[in-house]
Amino acid sequence: MIALLMRDLRLATRAGGGFGLGLAFFLIVCTLVPFGVGPQAEMLSRIAPGILWIGALLACLLSLDRLFALDFEDGSLDLLATAPLPLEGGVAVKAAAHWIATGLPLVVAAPLFGMLLHLPSQAVPYLLISLLIGTPALSMLGAFGAAITVGLRRGGLLLSLLVLPLYVPTLLFGAEAVRRGAAGMDAITPLVFQAAITLLTLALIPFAAAAALRINLR
Amino acid sequence: MSIWEYANPVKFMRSSGAVLPWVVAGAAACTVGGLIWGFLTPPDYKQGASVKIMFLHVPAAMMAINCWFMMLVASLIWIIRRHHVSALAAKAAAPIGAVMTLIALVTGAAWGQPTWGTWWEWDPRLTSFLVLFLFYLGYIALWEAVENPDSAADLTGVLCLVGSVFAVLSRYAVNFWNQGLHQGASLSVASGERMSAIYRYPLYLCMAGFFLMFLALLLIRTRTEIRIRRTAALQAREAR
Repeated sequence: MIALLMRDLRLATRAGGGFGLGLAFFLIVCTLVPFGVGPQAEMLSRIAPGILWIGALLACLLSLDRLFALDFEDGSLDLLATAPLPLEGGVAVKAAAHWIATGLPLVVAAPLFGMLLHLPSQAVPYLLISLLIGTPALSMLGAFGAAITVGLRRGGLLLSLLVLPLYVPTLLFGAEAVRRGAAGMDAITPLVFQAAITLLTLALIPFAAAAALRINLR
Repeated sequence: MSIWEYANPVKFMRSSGAVLPWVVAGAAACTVGGLIWGFLTPPDYKQGASVKIMFLHVPAAMMAINCWFMMLVASLIWIIRRHHVSALAAKAAAPIGAVMTLIALVTGAAWGQPTWGTWWEWDPRLTSFLVLFLFYLGYIALWEAVENPDSAADLTGVLCLVGSVFAVLSRYAVNFWNQGLHQGASLSVASGERMSAIYRYPLYLCMAGFFLMFLALLLIRTRTEIRIRRTAALQAREAR
């Protein structure tokens, strides 16, 4: 499992692996929003939690179609399926690698981008915590969507249609936590709900994604 | 005599063909009768004539949710027992459910405009119906995208299971996010809450009509899917 994780990380960080692409996309979203809605600081600081979460979510989505597609094409997915490691474990590891390569940089960079959008400083810890809790769920659900669409030509658009509705609860609780943090309210409840959703996806999605992969490899 | 006999396509075609005219007639009678009866009810003292939208809105919303539930059961039967009719029924049900969701959304908007003063509000019920509609779209799109019919049935089955969990999650998550304008249940067996009988009975009739209409459309569409499958099999045999 460790070997697989290291392999995926190496592939992601190598040239052409798309590492940092998500981050750049996140930055572009945060740059474009003020052009769209106007530069007034008080309005930006009000919508900043939502923009940051949606930006993180879209950046996460961007790299999903590569998650299994390359391995599917060169046949290493077949090897993974016949390996002694259960495919469920393989899926979980690949999702974890995806999270380290895209989710974690987003978490680290988010406070900086929050500054661009005038996010109130008392909300920054909540932004960090909610992204830290929420992005693993995004990677897991994304792995499920990628597993379903892996064999398809033009699967990318379908992937977003399948995955984005699944992101609704995570986005909702994440942005709510940051909003409450910005307003100085108690943000524990949405964070706990969000953690529950993440744990649910960690426990269940590997099975669903592995089942989808087996169907596609048939 | 068990229910699984109907999983045999031949048996299904025969028995569904026999009941189909009755279901269609019942659906037409109940829906038309219920809508006319509903149209003739007196205007509500507060909402005026706009209350009559209810006779379309409520049954459509009810069927939109129940249709997804039916797809869930059909997908489970397919995944567990691998009966093809079940998978085809789930495939046939999805567009009906999507249209029902759309009817509920559109009639809801038309009803919301005179009563709430807005076409759309980010209310929990409205929002979760929009999310449900997205789930239907994704499901239909996946059926269209996968070429191998058995793989398509398997993948959409898995998607339906996961989607069900997240549709329910979204439904209760949005409660947390925004308090709504939409009223609570006006018809509840458990709490004994009831609206006036003048509206209630036509509404029951419309609900029965929409249920029968769903059943009729489902049977027709499933029969079509089975015939498409047979044609494909025949063509494959010819080509060999």
